[in-house]
This record gives sequence, C-alpha cells and structure tokens, in this order.
Amino acid sequence: MSLPSTAMLVVILVTLPLAAATLLFASGRQPRTLTLAAALLLTFAALALGFNVHLEGVSVHRIGGWAAPLGIHWQVTPSGTVMLLVTALVGLAGAVYGAGYFLHRPGPEGRMARVFMPLWLFAWGGLNALFVAADLFNLYVALEVMTLASVALVALSARRMALQAAMRYLLAGLFGSMIYLLGVALLYGQYGVLDFDALAAMLDVEDAGSRAGAVALTVGLLAKAAIFPLHFWLPGAHGRAEPPVSALLSGLVVAAAFYLLLRLWFGPLAGMLTFGAGTLLGVLGAGALLWGGVLALLQRRLKMLVAYSTVSQFGFAMLVFPLAISGNREPVLAGGTLLLANHALAKAALFLAAGTLVRASGSERIGQLVGFSGRARWAWLAVILASAALIGLPPTLGFSAKWLLLQTAVSQGAWWWLGIMLAGTLLTFAYLGRLLELALLDPAPGPSPPPVLTPALLVPALLLALLACASGVWAFDFELDGETFVRLEPGS
Amino acid sequence: MSLPPGTLFLLASALLFAIGAHGLVTCRHLLRKVLALNVATTGVFLLLVTLGRSGTAVDPVPHAMVLTGIVVALSTTAVALGLIVRLERRRP
Repeated sequence: MSLPSTAMLVVILVTLPLAAATLLFASGRQPRTLTLAAALLLTFAALALGFNVHLEGVSVHRIGGWAAPLGIHWQVTPSGTVMLLVTALVGLAGAVYGAGYFLHRPGPEGRMARVFMPLWLFAWGGLNALFVAADLFNLYVALEVMTLASVALVALSARRMALQAAMRYLLAGLFGSMIYLLGVALLYGQYGVLDFDALAAMLDVEDAGSRAGAVALTVGLLAKAAIFPLHFWLPGAHGRAEPPVSALLSGLVVAAAFYLLLRLWFGPLAGMLTFGAGTLLGVLGAGALLWGGVLALLQRRLKMLVAYSTVSQFGFAMLVFPLAISGNREPVLAGGTLLLANHALAKAALFLAAGTLVRASGSERIGQLVGFSGRARWAWLAVILASAALIGLPPTLGFSAKWLLLQTAVSQGAWWWLGIMLAGTLLTFAYLGRLLELALLDPAPGPSPPPVLTPALLVPALLLALLACASGVWAFDFELDGETFVRLEPGS
Repeated sequence: MSLPPGTLFLLASALLFAIGAHGLVTCRHLLRKVLALNVATTGVFLLLVTLGRSGTAVDPVPHAMVLTGIVVALSTTAVALGLIVRLERRRP
C-alpha cells in the first residue's frame, strides 16, 4: 500500500482541524467519538507525513498551482515535520485526557467539554498551518488563529482569576502580533516580497530599515513565546487554565512562536545573526532561565511551578542563538528543534499528570498532594519520567538535544554559555527534585473517599512521558537532512 | 518646500501607532486598552498601504494584506469584548 502524497497530507493537516472545529461548533452537541476520530486521523496524517519526509525529503507545495510571488508556498521541512508530529502526539493525548477530564462534571463545568474540543481543533489547525507556512504574512494569520483559540481555551475555566489571566494573555498576544505585522510592513516596503526564500536572497543586512523590520518581527515573537522580560502573562494563563489546556498551551503554542524565531533567524534573517544580535538574544534567554527557575523553586502551587518551569525552559532554548553566531549552524538548529520536541512531550505530560494529581488530592498545594499510592502512582510515574526528560538525563530526548548544544559550545570554547546551560540544568533538577521530595516523602492522606481516576486521566500523560524518554535513543545524533532554510550565507 | 510623496501618510501612521502604544500602556480600563490596540493597529495598516505605493504603480498585495488584517482585527476585538463582558459579570 502506498502512502498518500505529501501535498495531500499537508492539505489534510491544515484543513481537517479547521473544518472539524467549525462543524462541531455548529452541531452544538458533544460528539466525543467524532472529535476523537478527527484527532486520530490527524495523528495518522502526521505520522504518514513523517514517513514521507523521511523517504523523500523536503517538499514545496504551491497552493492552487500558483508560483510565488503571487501564490502562496507551503514548505515541508524536516524541523517542521518534527513539530507537526509532536503536535499530533500531544494533541491526541490532550484530546483523550480532555474527554475524560470534563466528563460527568456538573453544571457549567460540564459544558466545557462541548467547547474544549472545537477550540482545541482550531488551535491545532493554526499550529499545523504555522509549521508549513513559508511566508511572513501567512505566518501572521496562522499566529492569530492559534492565539485566539488559545485565549478562548484559557477562558474555559470560568473562575475570575482565569478570566483575568486570559485577558492579559490576549492583550500580550495582540501586542505581539501587531509588532510582528509592523515588521512585515517594514520588510515588505523595502523588498516587496513575503516569501522566505526570496527574502533571504534579497535581504541587505546593513540596511537600517531592514534591521528595524527584523527587530520588530523578533520582539513580536518574543512576546508570544513569553521570553523574559515579556513573560509576565504566561504563569497566570498556564497555571490557572484547566489542565488539558495548560498542557496544550505550554507544550505547543509557546513552542510554535519560538519555532518561528528559529525559522526566521536560521532562515531569511540568518545574515543578521551577528555577535551583537546573538549575544543579546542569549542574554534574554539566560535571564528567563534564571528568573523562571528561581520562581519555580519558590512556588507553592503545583501548576504554577510547572508554568514557571516553562519560562525557564524557553530561556534555555534561547541559548541556541549565541551558539549559532559562528561555525556550523546545522547541529544548533537540530538541537533547538529537539529541545522544543522534548519540552512539548515532557511538559504536556507534566501538566496532564499535575491535573490528575490535583484532582486526586483535592488541593493544588504541593504540601497537600497525595503520595505514591493507589492509582495516583501512575501519575507520579509520569511526573518522574517527564522530569528526567526535562532535566536531560540520558537516554531521554532532552539529553540528545542538550548533547548537540553542549558539543557545539565546547567546540566553540563558549564557556559562558556552557556555564549558563549547566546552571539551567541544575535549577531544573532543583525545582523538580523539591517537588518530588516534598510530595513523596511527606504525602498527604487526600480526600476520602478518594476521587475516581479513570484510565483517560492516567494513560495519556504516561505515554507522552515514556515517548520523551524513549525517543532520545532514536534522535541521538539527529540531523536535519536537506533543511532548505538553513543558509550560512544568504544568497549563496 | 515640497515633501516627498507619502510623507504625510507616514507621519500619520507613526502618530497613530504612538497614540495607540501610549494608550495601551497608560490606560487602566480594559475597554480603553482594546481601543488603543485598535488605533495602533490602524497605524500599522496605514504604513503597509503607504509603503506599497511605489511611484505611479499601486501594488495590490499590501491592500490584500490590510484587508485580511482588518478581518483579523475585527475577530480579535470581538473576542476581547466578549472576554471583558464575562469579566464584568463576574466582578465580586
């Protein structure tokens, strides 16, 4: 049996979630089988796409057969495929967990299930469009679809704190996309193109207007990726949202904005990644890493700890930029992509398991969590495995990612950045270790009778965590074969 | 003294952007923040259309972009207003 063509799969991946979401909204009922079928179909499409890219390599799809500059290109790149695959896996796990989590909840909370899946499918469609888009304006539209769906997902939790967090998130997100659009306008005014490849060939790195445009694009995306000091909206939005929502937002939506930063700076803007720009991005990352890590250490609520950990982990990911200033950029980009994939799988597992533990304990406070007993033990197992992946213990995916970056840092003699990486890893170890120590050595009895934990609340987190741990072996010495947008010298 | 064509539009767009950005930071009422964001976004739209007007020929692509941008801004404003209404209803 032959697989469907790459072009067909990409069209399915982008249009199916949007069409399914619209249909589900219109139907107004709770067709759980239908939503899960859509999620399964999307996962199969992403897996098939992964096989295709593995066999055939990179492909470009011209929508409607129109060529650039008038037409719109979709590019299926190896790094984008990794992101599409991870999105599908986390998406499916989140959908199954969400179906179990919102089931049999009384009153307005029960109604959440009806809107959770359509909203999640909208965000999923936006994410998929973003990972294949290859021009600046399409990315803007995909970003907006993703952001609006994410804000609505945070606002699902009807508590006032969550609504306030959603509002702050919306304002930060809209500010980010406005600045991004300003950058698009400045670059388009200069060159009259939006396509990544065309822009990379034409970009004059010395031109002040182009530099202003690059700065605007970057600041906009930094706000969306919650990079220090623009991270203020993230802990509230991710910590107060419902657990399946937190998992999807922390694992995928933030990662998508960061992935765009990678795509831009290793693609059309590669020539501008000078010592100054790279160092500045790295310093912001170091700030995020330390600030998020220390605050995670101080949190008393389980989900807030996990949310601050996201700030810290994306700070770590920002360290790819100073490492890419000189030398071979390919392993750095591969390491960055793996870091995003590892974080998506592990952090989603952590948030899903946290939701289960909070339900089992009847409290969000770390001191009042139930211990390693009963069915909650499976959630704890997921937390332990996900922690190992986030810290980067071998043989997890986190280890493979950090190994690529460490090798580069050592070969460049970048001891400062190496030190910051080690500090970040130690901080991660400290706050996750503190969580495990507090909860496992001094467990609370929990409510009686203990709440029922169905397999839907336990299995998705465990599988994601296992995947983050096991895929490290497969991804060791990962290379991005034929990544078209990696250009060491623009135009060459 | 004659200004180069489009200068007036560029100045207007910068002014709109500045007013909006200022409002976004200083206003405390959420409704004003959303309005400020809309003003600033209009500034960006004006810049986009002005920069696309090179010499005599008019480039249609920025117009298409601004049209899409207006639809996006409309949707985001609707979501923001809906959220503000829900927040007000839950005021303790």
